[in-house]
Amino acid sequence: MRETIRQWWNPERLHRIGTRPDYRFSLANERTFLAWLRTGLALIAGGLAIAQFLPPLPLAHLREAISVALLVLGGAVALHAVDRWVRTERAIRLGTELPPSRFPALLALAVAVGALLLVATVLLKVVRRG
Amino acid sequence: MSRQPEGLDRDPGLQPERTRLARRRTGLAFAVVAALTVRLALTHGMAVTLVIAAGLAAALLAVGAAVTRRASRNPSRPSGGRTMPMLALVTVGYAGLGLLLVLGALG
Repeated sequence: MRETIRQWWNPERLHRIGTRPDYRFSLANERTFLAWLRTGLALIAGGLAIAQFLPPLPLAHLREAISVALLVLGGAVALHAVDRWVRTERAIRLGTELPPSRFPALLALAVAVGALLLVATVLLKVVRRG
Repeated sequence: MSRQPEGLDRDPGLQPERTRLARRRTGLAFAVVAALTVRLALTHGMAVTLVIAAGLAAALLAVGAAVTRRASRNPSRPSGGRTMPMLALVTVGYAGLGLLLVLGALG
């Protein structure tokens, strides 16, 4: 665990293990990292936009809660991006299996649950009005 | 590029080009997030946090831009050094700044 975090910050340490891979693999790994980072940035942008553009919701502070959830999720995705990038680079250098990860499934679950909750609040609003 | 890797001119996957575009897209995403942060600070922040937040957002954008630009100068070489952890740190910084502003406006 500590070694992994040390590698986050000092990726040069990776050069000590395994063999130098084809540069295209490293570039592909970097693009995957950037795609994850953009996913995190999109979640953060969503959180920032909700805080300032969404009118107040029927439940008190629900708007702020959604915004906070999105911001935290975005930060977590960014951290996952570095972790994933380091682990993948290590696997490429050592020629081992790519590291398995539950993170995409968890993220999908969180987004789905959030969407369902929002649908529920919208329906609630409609029912109350009608 | 003075030091092109072997066989770069016949790379059928256009890897360097795809990577350069990916870095540019990420830079644009950073700019959007910075703009949203500054707007939130200007409209919802209190006088003191406003100045701090705007300054921090600009500083974060500068770091992000510098890192992505340095990386895109060498499109055919993977980014080395601390590029990835720095970019992730800047992203986490924006998330923290957003939390500060959203929770600050509540309290």
